[in-house]
Amino acid sequence: MQVASMHFKARAGGKLADVKLQAALKKLQGNFVRGRAERVAELDNFEAIREAGAAIRERALVHLDLYLEAFERNATARGAVVHWAETAAEANRLVCELAARYGVRKAAKSKSMVSEECGLNEALEAAGVEVVETDLGEYILQLAQEPPSHIVAPVVHKSKDEVSDLFEEKHRQPRKTGIAELTREAREMLRPHFLSADMGISGANFIVAETGSTLIVTNEGNGRMVTTLPRVHVAITGIEKVVPTLEDVSTLLRLLPRHGTGQTITNYVSITTGVRSEDELEGPGHFHVILVDAGRTRLIGSDLQPMLRCIRCGACMNHCPVYQSVGGHAYGWVYPGPMGSILTPMYAGLENALDLPNASTFCNQCGVVCPVKIPLPDLMRKLRERQFEQRLKPWSERLGLRMWGWIAQRPALYAMSARIGARLLAWMGGAGKLIHNLPFGGGWTNGRDFPAPQGKTFRELYAAGKAVMSDE
Amino acid sequence: MVPHIIHHSSIIVQIVRIGLFVTCLVDLIRPHIGFAALKLLEAAGCEVVVPQRQTCCGQPGYNSGDRKSALALARKVLAEFETCDYVVAPSGSCAGMIRTHYPDLFSDQPAELERAKRLCDRTYELTDFLVNVGKLERVPGTFNGEVTYHDSCSGLRELGVKSQPRSLLAKVPGLKLKEMDEAEICCGFGGAFALKFGEISTHIADRKCDNIAAAGVDAVVLGDLGCMLNIEGRLRRRGDMKTKVLHIAEVLAGDSEG
Repeated sequence: MQVASMHFKARAGGKLADVKLQAALKKLQGNFVRGRAERVAELDNFEAIREAGAAIRERALVHLDLYLEAFERNATARGAVVHWAETAAEANRLVCELAARYGVRKAAKSKSMVSEECGLNEALEAAGVEVVETDLGEYILQLAQEPPSHIVAPVVHKSKDEVSDLFEEKHRQPRKTGIAELTREAREMLRPHFLSADMGISGANFIVAETGSTLIVTNEGNGRMVTTLPRVHVAITGIEKVVPTLEDVSTLLRLLPRHGTGQTITNYVSITTGVRSEDELEGPGHFHVILVDAGRTRLIGSDLQPMLRCIRCGACMNHCPVYQSVGGHAYGWVYPGPMGSILTPMYAGLENALDLPNASTFCNQCGVVCPVKIPLPDLMRKLRERQFEQRLKPWSERLGLRMWGWIAQRPALYAMSARIGARLLAWMGGAGKLIHNLPFGGGWTNGRDFPAPQGKTFRELYAAGKAVMSDE
Repeated sequence: MVPHIIHHSSIIVQIVRIGLFVTCLVDLIRPHIGFAALKLLEAAGCEVVVPQRQTCCGQPGYNSGDRKSALALARKVLAEFETCDYVVAPSGSCAGMIRTHYPDLFSDQPAELERAKRLCDRTYELTDFLVNVGKLERVPGTFNGEVTYHDSCSGLRELGVKSQPRSLLAKVPGLKLKEMDEAEICCGFGGAFALKFGEISTHIADRKCDNIAAAGVDAVVLGDLGCMLNIEGRLRRRGDMKTKVLHIAEVLAGDSEG
């Protein structure tokens, strides 16, 4: 997917004024935020589970090589073929080669953010393969030719009415308005594709080292069709998704749906292990797992490694006041919100996403709700430090920060500057004690007044008070 | 309390010496909040010193990636305050900077790390100190009306400041606390964020203002100057000239008319 993250600020501006989007985002806050709080409150040992979940993910990363090799060994033993892709382009090439090898004309996909990251659909289509997204949200987006705006609820930015219009236009059927009717219509459209697809492409929420299995959590059942009906199943995922054991997965599954959708468990949890054996009637004859690096190993061993613990629940964006204001498209790439503000600069280049690590108030609501305890604001701060060191911040900001630091280390100069500043700002505030227009501070005063200072600084008044006391 | 013990002939007098970290915004914009904090700490029976060379905790640099400037200012704070028994700031944000982020800032400075950690353990946000260390029983202020409390992010999520301001407000004669929706959600300030992403910041502030308006109170009370300027600035621009925006120290000290 093209990276458009350099235009965050410009894109965000339009989103704030988008009435439909704002209404859609409000719903997300209600359902997912409240849902998570309720599901978490049901657990009497929630913090212990969260602690265990973080430890499992951390252990997997510390011994990433060992667990990945174990995964490959165990998956291979059950008839799967494991492929390693260092880049997105390599992942696409591998899948296209498989499509050619098996004579694939149509691929049915369940939801996969890694495939979005790679731009897999475009690559397959260029190779002459018809690609059909079967997750309802992704299907809607494919019809609308739009990218997802959320990693769990990809079509959250669209209203039901917009979907009705879209289906009427694309399906050429009488306009439906109820959610059940719309869903039935989509199912009727998708059913023949499941049956005629030669290849099923899925992502993986986790891959299990001890069994060589891939695992997906879904709510619509499409994932199960995609991984079992077509003769070839390709699972594409990031190398960091490995988890040592099924026992570990069961711990993480207590966290993922609760934080993602406010469910205790998703409707389906599908574990796919190996190919159809001789005595089995169903399942794919060929199973390929594409393990994608695409920047992940760069984080291993770095101060940003905790980001790779991420289990893609979306809680950080659901709870982020910035995401809640601008939605996912403003972020300009696959991963929005706080997790995206770290992953996008790391995967797509720090210089290609300059706004993102700064597009946070550091309120730390994301860090508080993260099920695997990723200190998201701390990681964003580390990226800000890299920007500062690599001179990727505007010179005016760098100069301003250095000046502030320099003056604040010189108390006499600082006191004098504060004294002048307090008087100047108090004068600007006038009788109403409000500044309506701050020179060089339009970012503030375009939407807010600036309350004017009292006029004298604390240190002046305090020193004067002390003088009075000693006179007495 | 960890008192600093003075042997005075035959009796032992225990005096807790507080270093008041005024904060740059209080110094510049609302000095009377500093005096209100002083008054409250003295009401709790503490001796308060105000190191005159203090300036900034280093947070602007720290959160903008200028770690070098931040470390230089943190060293300055350490030198000026480490002889105090406690450091108290009328701000969750500045107290949070010292308490939760100085260990990171000094992490590769082994000679100073231990000293910094000792300072962190003794650094408190004002209401947290008044409730949990100073055990303030009676507050000087009175207030005639209804207020709502906005939880500032650093105080709440870095320092666990939630019940402390509310229990203190409950001691103010005449004051009735009415909780608003989403009291814990950020007001959109975020330091440099408010300037850099002014439109988004204003949008988030609007949500806070909507919640304040829906609560229908005489005043919104809070514990941080950043949130205060942001919320007041947006309320006034929206045309609400009536709802007061008050720092909790002003209310508790009885200095809320400004």
